[in-house]
Amino acid sequence: MTERAPPRKRAWTWRSQALRGLVYQLVAVSLIALAVWYLAQSTLANMAARGIQSGFGFLLQPAGFDIGESLIPYDALDPYWKAYAVGVLNTLRVAVVGIIFATLLGTILGVGRFSANAIVRGLCYAYVEVFRNVPVLLQLLMWYLLFADILPPITEAVSVGGLFFLSKNGLSFPVPVWVPGVGMALLGTLAGVVAAWFYRRWAIAKFEATGQIRSLFWVPIAIVVAGELLGWIAGGAPTAWDIPKPGGFVMQGGASATPEFLAVLLGLVLYTSAFIAEVVRAGIASVAHGQVEAAGSLGLSKPQSMRLVILPQALRVIIPPVTSQYLNLTKNSSLAVAVGYPDVVSIANTSLNQTGRAVECIALIMAVYLTTSLATSAFMNWYNRHAAIKER
Amino acid sequence: MHMKINNTKLALAIVAATSALVVAGPAQAGKTLDAIKARGELVCGVNTGLAGFSAADSQGKWSGLDVDVCRAIAAAVLSDGNKVKFVPLTAQQRFTALQSGEIDILSRNTTWTLTRDASLGLSFVGITYYDGQGFMVPVKTKVKSAKQLKNATVCVQAGTTTEKNLTDYSRTNNLNVKPIVFEKQEAATGAYFSGRCVAYTTDASGLASTRNKDAKDPKEHVILPELISKEPLGPVVRRGDDEWFAIAKWVIYGLVESEEYGITQDNVDKLKADSKDPVVMRILGTSEDTGKLLGLDKDWMARAVKTVGNYGEIFERNVGPKTSLALPRGINAQWNKGGLMYAPPVR
Repeated sequence: MTERAPPRKRAWTWRSQALRGLVYQLVAVSLIALAVWYLAQSTLANMAARGIQSGFGFLLQPAGFDIGESLIPYDALDPYWKAYAVGVLNTLRVAVVGIIFATLLGTILGVGRFSANAIVRGLCYAYVEVFRNVPVLLQLLMWYLLFADILPPITEAVSVGGLFFLSKNGLSFPVPVWVPGVGMALLGTLAGVVAAWFYRRWAIAKFEATGQIRSLFWVPIAIVVAGELLGWIAGGAPTAWDIPKPGGFVMQGGASATPEFLAVLLGLVLYTSAFIAEVVRAGIASVAHGQVEAAGSLGLSKPQSMRLVILPQALRVIIPPVTSQYLNLTKNSSLAVAVGYPDVVSIANTSLNQTGRAVECIALIMAVYLTTSLATSAFMNWYNRHAAIKER
Repeated sequence: MHMKINNTKLALAIVAATSALVVAGPAQAGKTLDAIKARGELVCGVNTGLAGFSAADSQGKWSGLDVDVCRAIAAAVLSDGNKVKFVPLTAQQRFTALQSGEIDILSRNTTWTLTRDASLGLSFVGITYYDGQGFMVPVKTKVKSAKQLKNATVCVQAGTTTEKNLTDYSRTNNLNVKPIVFEKQEAATGAYFSGRCVAYTTDASGLASTRNKDAKDPKEHVILPELISKEPLGPVVRRGDDEWFAIAKWVIYGLVESEEYGITQDNVDKLKADSKDPVVMRILGTSEDTGKLLGLDKDWMARAVKTVGNYGEIFERNVGPKTSLALPRGINAQWNKGGLMYAPPVR
């Protein structure tokens, strides 16, 4: 129990520090408020004086332009807000997929820097130095030009087993034809995941109680696969796949990732993973060498000591800087407009030009990035607290 | 103690500066002509690079139809067609640059539409080129008509009327085309030439410019016969300065009327000295002083024609049949030669 500090004396005289502090703070706050008010006011007044229309009312009017790729059904007669929604989803799609791949690749590269094999160590080092020192916009353009130039036209699409096709249309792949049975298989998978999670909890509790080791990797995977198979059989074992085939100007059937999406994804993943690799390397290096020796003396194998001793401690150092890399990746996705990927910036650019509402459209872009960044960082802060040393 | 005084002074300074800003209030739209004269330079917004309309050569010298319009106005206003600062703008930047006062006039193959005219605080001063949107496809696709572009990918530049026309045409003809939208024109044409898109769409004049300047072999690309929209292109000024609006408008009319009455870059000096044609005399300011009514001097139009030639000469020099763009005069001919170029009389 610490001793409580004596209550501070607040003497509210004209010469007191407390009063001066209060006055300074009031002045600072009102100056900021005044500046914001003045900027907003004079912007609105100037726009009105020049006959420039303003307001967000345009969001309800029909957009009137098509969008190349969309995750939700979208028609040119839909209102502007829906076009924005398409753009936001496209941004999130490339950001989420990008974050997952960048984390995987970055971790592998970061761990690779500690490899006993000199070639692996050297390759990881070279990768990091090359990719983090070339501006990401150049990387995006390079990948896009490579894709657009090297990929064959649709009529001469390169096929892998007649299922996957690479062409100017991007990477086309088969998707299951949607029947209720597919839904059952998905439900089965979900049930398997839940069951696997309970199994893991039970196995850990059992290990802590009795010391019996059970696999925490293969058994859960087997449970998930079993759940999926059961659901699939219960759903009547549907086997129909929608397989793409080249036809005319487009690949008929299947689904495809466009060259624009692939270029943005590849550029962002390769660039960001170089930074993540450095963060991971720093995190691992921060774990005292004594921990490795201690793990070894307890009889843990090298992979075990990496997984059970080093990485959990390194994570505490890794999470905060990796969070800002995730934010960077999300924000860098705004460069997608350079290679024709219809992200939120591209949609906003088009609506800006159709409606002339420059201030509103830019404000919307800023709001979208601010929201996604704050949400990402809130999630990562939660995860950081989860991984941090629990003080009891 | 010393520190505290400094802090108080700083706070006072901030308060003073802020109130100065508040008192100054929003900037008033000044007289554009006075500003140009005081500056000694016309600031003209142009395309970042569209051969025939506005493009800079390796020495940084700008040329093109849109560029010549600005030079003509500079010649009329400042007595020197070279006193122009060209500001290259992308499609998205152009209106903001004009609204914010960064440029005096926007002469950048810009389509005149109701929305732009009525809601951006800008005014279109006239039409310098009657265009229409078309498609270009590689010859080897064997596409002969835009109606065959079913499900095709089409490269297009962002921030233009083109995207909307494309969508309208696609809906009307049930084509379901997929637009791939690029921020920069160079990126859009680059993707088209690499084969990412089946077709490239923009105004027909722009297609000709791209085909003849950027394609490895212009013969490998064909411009489809359909024009899917009306694209009247012309310069734009800010609203609220009627005098400047009138000057820009009448320089363009003057260039058109000079062609109609046979005043050319070569004969303008001679006609000024000895023409007895009353219309020519009015245009060249040898009888009435038409320039005075616009706030200019009487030689305004003579200088404009001397600098860039009449509208016909500007057309022939930049985009006409003898240039690499090889655009026919078509509907851009004079009204009495089957075209749409009709100038109200300079009188």
